[in-house]
Amino acid sequence: MSEHESSFVHVSSVKLLLIVWVALMVGTWFTVSASNIDLGFLNIWVGLAIATAKAVLVGLYYMHLRWDKPFNSFFFLGAFLFLFLFIGFAMMDSAHYQPDLIPGYSPGMGD
Amino acid sequence: MSDREHASNDGMAVDHHFENADQQYQSAKLGMWVFLTTEILFFGGLFVAYAVYRGNHPEVFVFGHHFLDKNLGALNTVILICSSLTAAWAVRAAQLRQIGMLKLMILLTIVFAFGFMGVKAFEYNGKWKHGLLWAGQYDPHLEDHGETSHEVIGEESAEDAHIEIVTEETIVEAIEAQPAADPNRSTIEPAAEGPAGLAAPDLVAADETEVEIEPANAQTYFSIYFLMTGLHGIHVIGGIGAFAWLLLCARRGDFDGGHFTRVDMVALYWHLVDLIWIYLFLLLYLID
Repeated sequence: MSEHESSFVHVSSVKLLLIVWVALMVGTWFTVSASNIDLGFLNIWVGLAIATAKAVLVGLYYMHLRWDKPFNSFFFLGAFLFLFLFIGFAMMDSAHYQPDLIPGYSPGMGD
Repeated sequence: MSDREHASNDGMAVDHHFENADQQYQSAKLGMWVFLTTEILFFGGLFVAYAVYRGNHPEVFVFGHHFLDKNLGALNTVILICSSLTAAWAVRAAQLRQIGMLKLMILLTIVFAFGFMGVKAFEYNGKWKHGLLWAGQYDPHLEDHGETSHEVIGEESAEDAHIEIVTEETIVEAIEAQPAADPNRSTIEPAAEGPAGLAAPDLVAADETEVEIEPANAQTYFSIYFLMTGLHGIHVIGGIGAFAWLLLCARRGDFDGGHFTRVDMVALYWHLVDLIWIYLFLLLYLID
């Protein structure tokens, strides 16, 4: 490697950058193809799994998390933990207000 | 101190409150990650809105996504992934003091970003022309939108014409009210008032596997669509500004000494914008 490379940073090789790029492209193709196949309720989960795999690739390699101090990853994953709590509790709550619990009436959704 | 010698490769003057350039760089990076965390939670509110509305009213999303062009969405995904590659390459170039390559990669990233916004503008323009806007401005008029056009009766225009809004329920009611054996169902004159089922015989014959009849509150989908893609678009515009600033810095020779922290931070932000789009593309365009 170049003598300019600092001791405390990781310099990604062009090869690695391109491999990740190809993987992301293939992932995009998979996402679109998977959406064309009817898997019922699985569709959204397959899509989310592929999207998350792509996000992990971006995070690990393009965002250097793989070579970073683990504390940065810890912080970032913490955001997702709180995001899941946010979404999870909101959906649990809204499940108690299904329109069909009181037929014909759904608060705030009438026309 | 050998540590300092290596670290000084960063080329940045070390502020007095830092031990060395490494610590300064790591602090900047941690600060950036904290910012990205807040960005996730910023978008998180919209993802919650999406999850709650889609959970309760999936038909609205199935209906709405027919008006989005999957190919344009995929094209934008590809553009953003390419821009992520060039952004990551720019960081590498800055680290290795390849200033020419750095400028090229920054420029390419900006070009991709403009390409993304161009496609987005084209899509927004189509929505605007057809009145497929957020709640309050939602007034669909889809004469030339393609196959789904004639099946859509807009809420606003229906109100103007004093016709009851067509929902799935009214269609079902109309079908039930209709004698099943009537061979001339399609010749019955449209009703001026009341259930609109008879007024739209095409709907009855339509492919029943697809929800092609406008469900109640279809505008909710477009509210969420514009809020999510709009906030994302604002981030893309911000990214263009940040990369333009980097280009100016590169021209000024700021990175000649191997100082790459700025490039690294802007690239981190850009990757996050890409990352969010990966999910937006899936959640808004690929509903089936």
